[in-house]
Order: sequence, then C-alpha cells, then structure tokens
Amino acid sequence: MENQVPEIFNVIPHTHYVLLSTILFVIGIIGVIVRKNVIIMFMCIEIMLNAVNLMLTSTSAYYSHSGGQIMVFFTMAVAAAEVSVGLAIIVMIYKNLKTINIDAFQKLKG
Amino acid sequence: MIDKIFYVLSALTIVSATLVIVSKHPIRSILFLVLTFFLISAHYVLLNAQFLALVNIVVYAGAIMVLFLFVVMFLNLNEDVEKHKSFLPWFAAVISGGSLMLIITSALEKSLLMSPYPTKDYSIGLVENLGSVLYREYLLPMELSAVLFFIAMAGVMLLSRKEKLN
Repeated sequence: MENQVPEIFNVIPHTHYVLLSTILFVIGIIGVIVRKNVIIMFMCIEIMLNAVNLMLTSTSAYYSHSGGQIMVFFTMAVAAAEVSVGLAIIVMIYKNLKTINIDAFQKLKG
Repeated sequence: MIDKIFYVLSALTIVSATLVIVSKHPIRSILFLVLTFFLISAHYVLLNAQFLALVNIVVYAGAIMVLFLFVVMFLNLNEDVEKHKSFLPWFAAVISGGSLMLIITSALEKSLLMSPYPTKDYSIGLVENLGSVLYREYLLPMELSAVLFFIAMAGVMLLSRKEKLN
C-alpha cells in the first residue's frame, strides 16, 4: 500500500474528477439561485464547498503534493465556523420576522 | 473493477446532490446532504486520502449536519416557504449553471493537459504523513484556526445574548 501506486491513478484520468467536482459545484449554484428557503441555500453553499474540496483533494492526490489536502483541512475548519455563525444569524432573523423565506430578508438593507 | 466503483459512486453522488436541491421538505434535504457527504468521503478513500475521509465524516456529517438538523427542528417549519410553483427560475438557473460548467471544464481541461504527471509517492493522504506535515509546516495556520473557532463561538454567544437584553 505504501510503495505501490494505487490502481485508480492509472485507470481513471484526472479529468473525470474535474468533471465530477464541476457538476457538484453547478448543482450547488443552481440550488442557491432557485430555492427560497435560507437553510437550503446554506446547504447548497456546503455542496459548493465540498465540490471545491473534492477538486483540491483529487489534484493533490494525482500530483502527489500534500498542499491541496492541507488546504481542504483548513477549508473544513473555516466552513464549520461559518456554519455556526450563519445558523445563529438565521435563528435570530427567524425570531424577528417569523419566516425564513429569502424574500422577507430584504429588510436587511440599511 | 475500480473504474466501475468510481462511476457508480460518481452517479450516486450527483443524484443525491440533485435530490438535495429538488426535495420539498428541509429534513429530507438534510438527510440527502448527509448521504452526499458520505459518498464524497468514499471518493476520498478511493483517492488514498484517509485523513480527509475521516475528517469529512466527523466534521461535516457529524457536526455541521447535526447543527442544521437541530436548527430545522427548532424553527418548526410547518408552512411551505415556496408556495408558487414556477419553472422559470429553474430554467434560468439550469441555463446559467450549464454555461458556467462549460466555461470551467474547458478552462480546466486546457490547463490540465499542459502539466506533466510526476510519479512520486502516493501515500501523502494517510493520517501519519498528513499529520506530520500539518504540525511541522502549517503549525501557525493550525493555531490560527483554533483562534477562529474561539471567535466564532464568542460571536454566537454574543448574537444569542443580545436579544435577551432588549
């Protein structure tokens, strides 16, 4: 396991991983555009972050450089902090407006 | 064998990510998102990145998704947020997302074809190797992420305390 090259690097070209993570990123973007539930929009942002993570990990694994996987680790840490603060803000807005429809959030301007 | 595993796993990932954005109820959406994270962890195992697979399951499927589930149950979303059914936003979103996908794939494919494949060791993703890199070369960002978590925790406490004073 340590010395031999795993089979996937010879069988699957790296372009397929690029295509897969691009499709996941686009699914996240479509969700953010279409849905009006703020929590589901947040989850679509998580899908986009995971697509970028998959891209970084696959590139780092194929080129055997550890920088991409370290970057994924820090992306996960920042995403965890972001989710905790964002969900607290959503709960606060729900307490004031009694809805989580994104159309009601335009009261946020100024 | 492993190419079949890869294609089945990729198809399952795409289908479950699509079900996240099309399902009506938020709880169902969250459960499909957990499934998506587990499938992406399987991709990490396939790529010989065991450390990230473990961290992905623990952090995303374990911590973040439980937070989402708790908030959705806390908010008691009985009424339907999206009442009107219109296909125009879906149409516009799929058109714009598809054009973005074409642009990204064409740009990345050009850049990937130029670069050579160096053959070095493929065991960088194991827990031991990545941990030693993380604690030797990236010690300062590691500590700074701890500071970031502390600031996030303090911010959440401040946000939830401000309402009580008013």
